[in-house]
Amino acid sequence: MLEAIPVLSLITWIPLAGALVTMLLPLRNARALRWVAGVFTAVPLILAALLYAEYKPVIGGGSYEEAYTWLTVPLNRDAAEGIASLELAFDYLMGVDGLSLPLVLLTGIVSMMALLASVHIRKRWKTFYVLFLILQTGMYGVFLTRDVVWFFIFFELTLIPAFFLIGIWGLEGREKAANRFLVYNGVGSALMLLAFLILVATAGFTATPGAGGDMLRFSGSYDVLLANLTGSGPQTSLASDPIFHLTDGMKWAAFVLLVIAFGIKLPMFPFHTWMLRVHAEAPPSIVMVHAGVLLKMGAYGLIRFAAQLFPDELRESATVLAVLGVTGILYGAVLAVVQKEFRLLLAYSSVSHMGIVLLGVASRNDIGLTGAVFQAVSHGLIAALLFLIVGSLYERTGTTRIDELGGLAKSVPFMSGILLTAGLATLGLPMLSGFWGEFLSFLGLFESMKVLTVFGVLGVLLSAAYMLRGVLAITFGPQSTRYDGIKEARFVEALPMVALTALIVLLGVYPSLLTDPMQQSFEPLVEAFKSGVGG
Amino acid sequence: MEALQTLTVHDLWTLAPEFALLAASVVLLVVEMFLPARVNRDLIGWLVMLSLAVSAALVCAHMADLQASGEPAVSVLGGTYRVDDFANILKLVVLAASGLVVLLSLGSVRREDIPIRGDYYSLILPAALGAMIMASSAELITLYVGLELMSVTTYVLVAMRKSRPSSGEAAFKYLVSGGVASAFILYGMSLLYGATGSTGLGDIGSALAGALAGSSDHPFERLVDVGFYLMVAGFALKLALAPFHLWAADVYQGAPTPVTALLAVVTKGATFAMAYRTLFNAMGQDERDLVLPALAVLAAIAMIVGTTGALRQSDTKRFLALSGVANAGILAIPLVLDLSYVHTSLFAEFVYYLIAYVFMNVGAFAVLAMVERAEGQTGLDAFAGLYHRAPWTAGAMTVLLCSLAGLPITGGFFGKLLILFGTVQTRAYWLAAILLATTVVSYYVYFRIIRQMYMRGGRTDEPIRVTAPAGIVIWVCALASVALGVLPRPILSWIDAVFSLSADLMVR
Repeated sequence: MLEAIPVLSLITWIPLAGALVTMLLPLRNARALRWVAGVFTAVPLILAALLYAEYKPVIGGGSYEEAYTWLTVPLNRDAAEGIASLELAFDYLMGVDGLSLPLVLLTGIVSMMALLASVHIRKRWKTFYVLFLILQTGMYGVFLTRDVVWFFIFFELTLIPAFFLIGIWGLEGREKAANRFLVYNGVGSALMLLAFLILVATAGFTATPGAGGDMLRFSGSYDVLLANLTGSGPQTSLASDPIFHLTDGMKWAAFVLLVIAFGIKLPMFPFHTWMLRVHAEAPPSIVMVHAGVLLKMGAYGLIRFAAQLFPDELRESATVLAVLGVTGILYGAVLAVVQKEFRLLLAYSSVSHMGIVLLGVASRNDIGLTGAVFQAVSHGLIAALLFLIVGSLYERTGTTRIDELGGLAKSVPFMSGILLTAGLATLGLPMLSGFWGEFLSFLGLFESMKVLTVFGVLGVLLSAAYMLRGVLAITFGPQSTRYDGIKEARFVEALPMVALTALIVLLGVYPSLLTDPMQQSFEPLVEAFKSGVGG
Repeated sequence: MEALQTLTVHDLWTLAPEFALLAASVVLLVVEMFLPARVNRDLIGWLVMLSLAVSAALVCAHMADLQASGEPAVSVLGGTYRVDDFANILKLVVLAASGLVVLLSLGSVRREDIPIRGDYYSLILPAALGAMIMASSAELITLYVGLELMSVTTYVLVAMRKSRPSSGEAAFKYLVSGGVASAFILYGMSLLYGATGSTGLGDIGSALAGALAGSSDHPFERLVDVGFYLMVAGFALKLALAPFHLWAADVYQGAPTPVTALLAVVTKGATFAMAYRTLFNAMGQDERDLVLPALAVLAAIAMIVGTTGALRQSDTKRFLALSGVANAGILAIPLVLDLSYVHTSLFAEFVYYLIAYVFMNVGAFAVLAMVERAEGQTGLDAFAGLYHRAPWTAGAMTVLLCSLAGLPITGGFFGKLLILFGTVQTRAYWLAAILLATTVVSYYVYFRIIRQMYMRGGRTDEPIRVTAPAGIVIWVCALASVALGVLPRPILSWIDAVFSLSADLMVR
């Protein structure tokens, strides 16, 4: 059904259309603006859910693909003879597969929940919703495009609105947080762009024989890059040509650039400092999107580009990545244990949990990669839920310091219950979604690196320590009389809380809901890892 | 050289775009004198716009002629003056930029600031004329005449704010540094003439490629290199490529804002045209290998110094001057890349970024001019709270600043992307790294203004009035910046269709 319409483009661009509509409608009222933005957030979510339901892993996403010519830059042909055309082509390519589909749905869900949570926004609503909708287009685009330059464009398109959203609606230190966000992510995207252009200038090259001579083109298409890099494309015949040849050294350079670029976004230890500040300063609904989706762009990029394009390099550096992952897990966990500020506790917990994604990637097998994506999605939901509650609590109490809160279970039992559930999901309690991501990642890694797996599991034990300490101190314990009169969650707050909790439980008891679409996605990659062992 | 030729009627047609400007500037200067004082001098401004449009139409007619005839170029006056697609494209850029500047002047210049507005408007014409001559010359003397015509006019324009001492100071500094630049260029030219016996760019090139190449004991070979170095230094001074940029901030700050925009785009574009023409034509491969790395280093230093310098500036005009230094470095990159690899036509990426640069820069200056009118000062804090005072203008400025920072999806992004692709393809990774590093820093730099606009409270909340002509300039520039980013293809295809490196840029 969805094949008949350009569903991927619709998902991507409807929020941007919504941003234009919101900007031009003469509305000043927060409620009306929220409704308009809500409609333009809900439609892509519904489309993404339908797509998820319709997707058949055996067939793959081929029938949803879209390809349009967008930009062809004619290159100088003065020096070359006997060729019909020479061009640099960045086409508009959209595609979906088992790797991106869960993340697309995650984007839709988290965006919708963040929109509901935006009741806490107190000023400049119109600008807020315009930027929020632009941000959504960027996020969907990152997961759905199949051209490296478009990927870069969408990636940057998330950067600008996120900068404003943090810098205008954040807490006291918002400007500093926004600046740091901008500069760190700017560095990441610059490294990424350099790696992409190196690839386009070498592995993106194709020659098609035509009537008037060869038609040569440099392309940013992911499929072309993949085919040429993994040895099945036309590029292999040109491997000796010094102009188009990608030397081993440059291959490594591109791989390392990509790992660092996406490592900053993930965040990978030691590139994590920027996100602590963002977690601490940004408004709750934006932290939900940030922790829930934006960080996952790093995980996606690592698997999509670093792992799938460079299986050989990944094999040789898997130990390094696993060590970095374990370091991140332990470092994040240890620092989370000593935090006094609940937001920072959650931020360090995110560092720790994103380390698990890195382990899944480093495992280089089906189980581990599935675990990495599972962990990304599950952490996206849990983090969104946690920050939603944090936002609601902050709204009522004016603080999120652990030592100033306490005994809230008496005055706000519902929110405390949800907080407890989210905390339990974070520490990987079975039957909640957090368990499966960690379990699969560690299981995958255990095949190749047993010692590191053991250290990684240690981090999970620590997560029980810090999560329980934080959550229990807030919900139980001596109640400060200051918070006697605070009110239970309103309907608009309770709705996303219940929805996210339901999803976390659902994935916990029925994980194949998420793993099914991924079934066949990693086979070529795992094959590449295996075939590389002999050759 | 051949015997001197007389101008024929056909030659007049070939030179028609230039003559249109020349005639208009003379007539308007005279008209200004006899125009009664009660007539608003903006009339002269609109007439200047008209003559720029006529000239642009004539350039377009020339392009159509060239396309129809199939000839690569028409040259007149014994081959010293060439009308080819290289020249035509750059002339259109210069005319469009001058038009935007005049329109901006119409919307922002106040009588108390520039008392002689009639003269002011008509002086923009000779500046544009000089720039057009620079784009079209195929010979050193003609080039120099164009350069001086443009320079002398701009010296006067910078000094137009007669009541302010800073304007006079800026004009004096610009005069001195411009004089030094001219001296460098002229000395370099004389050495080339001495070594090769010709002032024609094509003749110099073939002399160097033929007679001098390989003969390492040739007595003049080093002199030729020195000549090129001197010319490169002169260009760098004129372009404000660091470390030859120290005049820029002071001059930009003192000059009337529209004139600053003129200096930033027209002077720069014309000097680049001159650099392209000379360096591509007159140099042999030996000279390329020896001299171009020096220019590459200048470009790199300019990007670094311009970007880091702008980090500390608190005055928007000085800030934009240093941003101009960094952008001159970026624009110089295609000039220095190795020709032996296959890549974007060198010229296409340059022109694309130049066009994007014209729009984003003039647009930014237009917003600045409006803010300056309301606030009476050009500090970065003049932008504080602009979002509340003029939300649409703040939005346009955001687009323009994103384009300057090279963020998608704007013309600045694609220009940088194409130039970057060229560096990667020719394996100039160090230049690519510097370009990327400075771009990241520039995010922070340009977002300083964005922070002021959106995150700081203004002195007052009263709306800023944007005059109609300036509003048109702002929106044309902002929309063009977006259009160049979303649809880069038409312009690039057009350049590819009309321009060929060997037929259009090369004189021989």
